[in-house]
Amino acid sequence: MQSRVNRRVFLRSVTAALAAGTALPLLQACGGGEASPTPTAAGGTGATPEPTATAATTPMTQASPSPAAAATATPVARGTIGGSLTVYSGRGESLIGPLMDQVQSSLGIDVRVRYGDTAELAAAILEEGERSPADLFFAQDAGALGAVAREGRFIELDAEILERVEPRFRSPDGLWVGISGRARTVVYNTDQLSEADIPASILDFANDERWRDRLGWAPTNGSFQAFVTALRVLRGDDAARSWLEGLKALGTRAYENNTAIVRATIAGEILAGFVNHYYLVREESQAGQDLPAENYFYRNGDPGALINVAGVGILASGRNQEQAKALVDYLLTPEAQQYFAEQTFEYPLIEGVPASPKLLPLEEIQTPDIDLSDLDDLQGTLALLQEVGLL
Amino acid sequence: MGVPALVWIPAAALTAVSLIPLLYLFVRALGGGEDTLAALWRGRTLVLIQNTLLLALAVTASAAVISLPLAWLTTSTDLPARRLWSVLAALPIAVPSYVGAFTAVAAFGPRGALQSLLQPLFGIERLPEIYGFAGAWLVLTLYTYPYIYLPLRGVIGSLDPALEEAARSLGHGPWSTFLRVTLPQLRPAMTSGALLTALYVLSDFGAVSLLNFDAFTRVIYNQYRLAFDRSGAAGLALILAGLTIVIVIAERVSRGPQRYHRSSAGAARPPRRVRLGRWTPIGLAYCGGLALLTLGTPLAVIGYWLVQAVQTGNPLALTWRAAWHSASVSLLAAALAVVAAFPVAVLLVRYTGWLSRTVEVPLWIGYALPGIVTALALVSFGARYLTPLYQTLAMLLLAYLIRFLPEAVGSLRASLLQVSPHLEEAGRSLGHPPLRVWLRVTAPLLWPGIASGGTLVFLTTIKELPVTLLLSPIGYETLATEVWNATRELFWSHAALPALVLFLVAALPMALLTWRQQPAEHRSMMVLSDKEQTG
Repeated sequence: MQSRVNRRVFLRSVTAALAAGTALPLLQACGGGEASPTPTAAGGTGATPEPTATAATTPMTQASPSPAAAATATPVARGTIGGSLTVYSGRGESLIGPLMDQVQSSLGIDVRVRYGDTAELAAAILEEGERSPADLFFAQDAGALGAVAREGRFIELDAEILERVEPRFRSPDGLWVGISGRARTVVYNTDQLSEADIPASILDFANDERWRDRLGWAPTNGSFQAFVTALRVLRGDDAARSWLEGLKALGTRAYENNTAIVRATIAGEILAGFVNHYYLVREESQAGQDLPAENYFYRNGDPGALINVAGVGILASGRNQEQAKALVDYLLTPEAQQYFAEQTFEYPLIEGVPASPKLLPLEEIQTPDIDLSDLDDLQGTLALLQEVGLL
Repeated sequence: MGVPALVWIPAAALTAVSLIPLLYLFVRALGGGEDTLAALWRGRTLVLIQNTLLLALAVTASAAVISLPLAWLTTSTDLPARRLWSVLAALPIAVPSYVGAFTAVAAFGPRGALQSLLQPLFGIERLPEIYGFAGAWLVLTLYTYPYIYLPLRGVIGSLDPALEEAARSLGHGPWSTFLRVTLPQLRPAMTSGALLTALYVLSDFGAVSLLNFDAFTRVIYNQYRLAFDRSGAAGLALILAGLTIVIVIAERVSRGPQRYHRSSAGAARPPRRVRLGRWTPIGLAYCGGLALLTLGTPLAVIGYWLVQAVQTGNPLALTWRAAWHSASVSLLAAALAVVAAFPVAVLLVRYTGWLSRTVEVPLWIGYALPGIVTALALVSFGARYLTPLYQTLAMLLLAYLIRFLPEAVGSLRASLLQVSPHLEEAGRSLGHPPLRVWLRVTAPLLWPGIASGGTLVFLTTIKELPVTLLLSPIGYETLATEVWNATRELFWSHAALPALVLFLVAALPMALLTWRQQPAEHRSMMVLSDKEQTG
């Protein structure tokens, strides 16, 4: 117990020190995580946005040249609430730990977090039933939130909270809300392709000999499977099957994960691959320079323009709902949103907080018309992938 | 002879506890109704059964083939640095299979280190496929063979040379003696190790998932992770429990005679060492090659991460607290398991009958089920019925006990088989009460079994993940959870230090144990005699 508190104190001081622009070089170069709220990689993308007016008053601001922000390494004027809060988090500690410490210090809430796999935590919450110690569930993807919501375990969130986020990124019933967004993109090698070479719809990749042996995908990867599920929901099983079969017939190469696809694209091993947007951004920030690859964003409501979210829901069985609401409120403030934009290179979901300039602005992406909660039925997708022989 | 209450009550209590996962699975699977049943009733389920059994069989067979010469070389020969090799040979069990599989992919994968090394030299474009059956077989064999090696080593070291001499004097050649006299004596150690290996393969998730092989565990995990279908997962897990029962019964049939202790007066001489002579280099190459493959690859990969971490200036935050948690909770689990295993082993060896046959099966089921299934069963049970204990250390230890008790029982059982009941009878005839006899006479003789059983539980607990994540007290990080946390976000360099410390903490007791356990010290007295039956 004692040591946890000590660690919190330590992290808090680290956070404060970083916010003060005195970023420890040690903490700086890591790949988009750990306790560093500064932009990753000392070299950076070279194009970090100016702090917005709102963000400038917060302690989570990136290390801007002016140490002015430092002075405000104190709680936002929101008043302390006190009490405790138990969070089940499918997002890693290196990712959200600093945010939780921030909540602890500025709201005076004793936040206790159980970190684990999103789906396993969802299953645990369902197994625990009314006796669940969890107050809040922070899930990596909307499907898991949908599964918990379906069993009636979430309370309806306040309209004021919900309205900060566009309807397409939250539960239609107001049972969960997205915190950060991840777009599906086509990563392509810029030495060999230009933007104009990418077909108008992601469906058009299939059956085009131009792409023979030159594409990459990750059939075992969760976000790819979520995309296939979306494709099934949007266009039907037959269309999804023929897309998968067409690409398989073209000798599309299977990789273990998105990072492997991005690296293979940069190396010119393949021309393009189907990934989430932030892997390339992370690679570039780790490399500290521009790499010969770009993300292509679909924007016309194409299935390729799917954006999935990480989000939160408040448990009806929780005993600390006031604290849980305060945490959700905090996660949707500009300072927390900016943290996601800079640390994980995900899309912030509230208005007024810009995404990384490397990304296509959210407003310009017209996502396909789909309820993200519906992405929890991956059963059929797995069967389909097995049928096609990809798993 | 009636079973003393001191034996059957704890044994029955443990059996009852071990039934929790099974009970949970029935409730969940039935809750799924006809859909669950229909989903199971597909050709695919048969394929899964076939895949899983094939993998378990193949891994067990190859692990036995690897272990036998290894155990012989490290105990009965004059191999140079024999003790060092016996420690190294036991260590792979401390490598979590997800780390093993990951490093195997990094080293031998399509674009792995070996390929990039060979390509410029020999123009090799593609290595044999590591994904699928072959990779899972390889990785699981390399990281589970110590389950067979350890008990074999204990037995080979304490064989009575008089038996072999008798066989030779009766005109049997060395091969005939080995096949007809030595091998049968190794049978109980071999089969109990084989059972641990086979059932571990059933429960393993790390290797089969990273290497894309469709075994039951992977599909069960996918039910949770991708489909959020707890009923479907439970249905599949029930089939897995059924397979476990089949394997446990098969092992029982192949156990052979139940008596392995010396039947007449006298004690065994320490065995002679075989001179390897010009075979020494081959023996060294065998031990060295295996160590390089099983320990060299993961350590090289971890070392590479460490160097990367230092070069990129990443923080090498050492997790002393996680190391302390890992070491202390695993030690507690090991101690608890050994104490709990004692009455069970006594029941199994000394009081064979319907009770002992019944008690054993549920214990094995807890061991063979995938960790996530046991974890969720205890989440469900604990949150409802043990609310004050839920997510406390006590609950966590109970979960470890359910998962790993059979490892301790197996080792104790093998040791107990070698202790003559006549010794206990002598103690009783001298007027000592049973408990006193057990503590003063039997327990000291069981030391090899206690030590190896405790070590096995320690090692499997320290690398355990699913139960630890869901049932530990909140904020209770261990080395295993730290490694997992870092690798899942692909921060390899952050995983390096906890992975290294995990390995060292795990290696220490193993090294101490193997180093100290000189075969000649074995007080066990072994004579094969299958005529006598238990009274």
